This record gives sequence, structure tokens and C-alpha cells, in this order.
Amino acid sequence: MSSIPEELSYTKEHEWVAGLDDGLTVTVGITAYAADSLGDVVYVQLPEVGGTIEAGDAVGEVESTKSVSDIYAPVTGEVVEVNQTVVDDPSLVNSDPYGEGWLFRVRIEGTPEDLLTSEEYVTVTSSEA
Amino acid sequence: MSRSTPLREVHETLGATLTDFAGWLMPLRYGSESAEHNAVRTAAGLFDLSHMGEIFVTGPQAGEALDHALVGNLSELVPGRARYTMICATGGGVLDDLIVYRLGSEEFLVVANASNYERVAAELTARGEGFQAEVDDRSDQYALIAVQGPRSQEILSSLTDADLAGLKYYAGLPGTVAGVQALIARTGYTGEDGFELFVAAADAVSLWQELAKAGDGYGLRPAGLSARDTLRLEAGMPLYGNELNAGLTPFDAGLGRVVRFDKPGDFVGRAALAPLKDVPPRRRLTGLVARGRRVPRHGYPVVLLTDGTVVGEVTSGAPSQSLGKPIAMAYVDTNLSEGLAVDIRGSHEPVDVVDLPFYRRSK
Repeated sequence: MSSIPEELSYTKEHEWVAGLDDGLTVTVGITAYAADSLGDVVYVQLPEVGGTIEAGDAVGEVESTKSVSDIYAPVTGEVVEVNQTVVDDPSLVNSDPYGEGWLFRVRIEGTPEDLLTSEEYVTVTSSEA
Repeated sequence: MSRSTPLREVHETLGATLTDFAGWLMPLRYGSESAEHNAVRTAAGLFDLSHMGEIFVTGPQAGEALDHALVGNLSELVPGRARYTMICATGGGVLDDLIVYRLGSEEFLVVANASNYERVAAELTARGEGFQAEVDDRSDQYALIAVQGPRSQEILSSLTDADLAGLKYYAGLPGTVAGVQALIARTGYTGEDGFELFVAAADAVSLWQELAKAGDGYGLRPAGLSARDTLRLEAGMPLYGNELNAGLTPFDAGLGRVVRFDKPGDFVGRAALAPLKDVPPRRRLTGLVARGRRVPRHGYPVVLLTDGTVVGEVTSGAPSQSLGKPIAMAYVDTNLSEGLAVDIRGSHEPVDVVDLPFYRRSK
């Protein structure tokens, strides 16, 4: 069973969102469940800093030995930072998906919608298993 | 509903990610597929290949029947030796690629791919009519376990008295491994030295566990289909369904050498294949190495960097552990060796043409 931290918010597309409580900038990554399903991640393509992204849009991709998956924007806003460390060492997505393996930060516009609680996300992962 | 091998519970206990492959529930990986790949290159890997088909052809004319049914010359094979060959349709298309072991003067074992063995058994039966030969598909009664990698012989030798050092590449001999009756073959699909052990399905679990125990001090790891695929791709070995299919002849695949026109008698596919012998194919199976980090994958178009004209198609691609870059095999128009790119989801990523295989072990 992959870890699903309680304090984070989630999407059905297996992204996590941190920092919603304390302000305007959130951090986005992919979940341990998604990382386990992909296998060894070998390439991460992230959105450009300064670009505007819209919730639900494909804004990047995660490539593993066997497959490639889109990264969907979980929130709408401006990309203010990307994790260059994970671009250089994509295996961080597998080894530390909620920490060093974070992907990008977004200054959000408006109130994010359709995000899931950890409990709701557990239901998503167990229905796929 | 996928079929399971006798080792399914073992895989589940090891925490394997299981996947459907050709109708079989098989281990895709146990942990990190890169670690499994590297273990086979540097130490050894343990594979469950029980989804493969084992078809026995026996009788006084077993060799002649196979000479007629397949494109190779099997009757000239010496007992104890094996050969890579193919079964083709009348029109010359490849129905499967096979390894045939000659077990005795009147006994052959044909090993076919999981996706094809029922068809292969049916074709061998039909093509064997009129020969004094019996075709018996015993795939359900057999398990196949492979130990692959530079430490394989050391690991296996602790469990058997068989003369492994004297066993040549593409040879097989009956023996006892960890108390289990086995056909011990020096064959594989990884580009490394290694062994494939054909055993009764009921013996699979105990043999696997004894091998795992024996390999403990040698860095042996269980390895799944994901590692098997990247290993065989680095070794430039074709996979049926990717580099080979019924729409391609052995000549299209650059494997015309397996078609033996010099053998006695007619064989299925001969008439269609004979005129192709000296005709250069339009496309050639080509090795590609990506300059960037995005991975060319099965089905992606190969294009000209200059104007995007489609000049080929990727058949297999993966990130290569050994090269540190994405690699691919592709059918590419024969006159082209530079200025190529692969269309990776709309973006033309430059690739370099290299000779196959991508990886060759040091002897």
C-alpha cells in the first residue's frame, strides 16, 4: 500500500497539492501510488516558469521504462518555480514523491475546485487496484 | 481471464507487479526494473518464462517433418544442440520465431512464444501429416525458469552435477538441478551468458526457491518482463509482435540467414521466399540512439529532420541502462543513415543510427 499523506490534497489523475492552507502558492507532485504504477521514472518534462496553466490541462509528462503519462495541472495559476533537481534526477519521483520529488509550484488564481481529500483519494486508488 | 504460471504465488509473495502478457499474468517487475536489468548485466537474474510454449515433435521422421514445417534445417542438428529458426506462412510471413532443441535422434523440443504457441502446435500438426512424427503440445505440463547473467554458471553449478562448463551456447542436456529433473539449456534472451531450465510444472516452485537461495551470495535477483524487454532490446534481439509479425518475411527482418534453401525437400513458404533472397528490402531494421531524453516507443514514426517526411517506424524503444540514453529499433528506408528523428508525440527528436546490437557482453 503506497503512502497517502493526510495533509495533502489530490486529483483523480494522481497528483498531490501541498500548501493550500497557508497562502497563494502551492506545490505539486505525483503520488507514490502513481510513481509505483509507472515504475522507474527516467524523464520528467515540466511546464515553463512564468507560464499560466489551467486546472485539468496537460502541462508536462512523466516517462518511465515502460510508459509515458501526462501531468495534469491540478489548479489554475502561474508557474513560479520548477524542480530542476527532479529534471536532472527523475528517480526522485520514485524514491521521494512527496519530498525531493516535487515537480512545480503554482501561484493560484481563485479557489481550486475538484480536489480530493486523502480519504477520497484512497477510494480512487483502491478502485483502480 | 489471464492464465497463471505455477510460480504466481511466489511472485505475489515477492511483491511483484503482475501484468497481462499474451493472456498470461506475469511479473512485470519485483521492485526497480532498472536494478533488475543491472543485476542481469553484472551478476544474475532469475526469470519465470513458463508462459512460453513447449511442443514436442517425436518419431522416426521428426527431423524431416520439421524441415518441411519450418524454414531451418533441423534434421542436420546434432542431438544436444539447439537452433534459432522460424515458422512461416505459405506466403512467407513470419508466424513465430522459435528455438528448436534436438533432444535425441527422434525427439525435438520446439519452444514458441506465448502469444503464438497454440497456432504453432496446430501448424506443426497439420504440416506433419504424412510424416512418421507425432506433435505434442506439452506447454501446460512444463515450467521454464531462466538464470541469466555472468554469475549464472557459478550459481547453477552449486545445484547440479551436470557438466555446465562443457555445455556450449545453444546446447542443452538433461540433468538434475536441486533434485529436480530438468532440461538444462545454455540459451537466453538477455545478451548475457545464462541458462534456461525446462522442468515439470509441479517442480517449478521448489526449483525457483533453491535457485534464489543459491544465488543469494552472488547478487541474483528475480527479474520481470520489463527488465527482460530492455535486456533483449539492448542485445538487438527481435520480439515477435514488435520486430517480427505475419506481415514481414525473415528477409524483411534482416534474418534471411535462418531460411535454408540448401536443405533437402520442399518447405512451407519456400516458393514465396525464394524470389526474395537477393532482393534488398525497402526498409532495414535499424538501431537508433536518441540524443535527448525522451523515449522513442513502439509505433512512433521515424522522420527526416529536414522536412518531417515519414521514412520508418519504431518497433521497440526504451531507456537503455547500459548506454544511459533512450534506444530503439526501427524499420527505416534502407538508404538513410543520418538526418533522422523520431516523432515523439508531435515533436521531432533527433536520433543517431548505430549498428545493432546496442550492447555486447565482454567475453
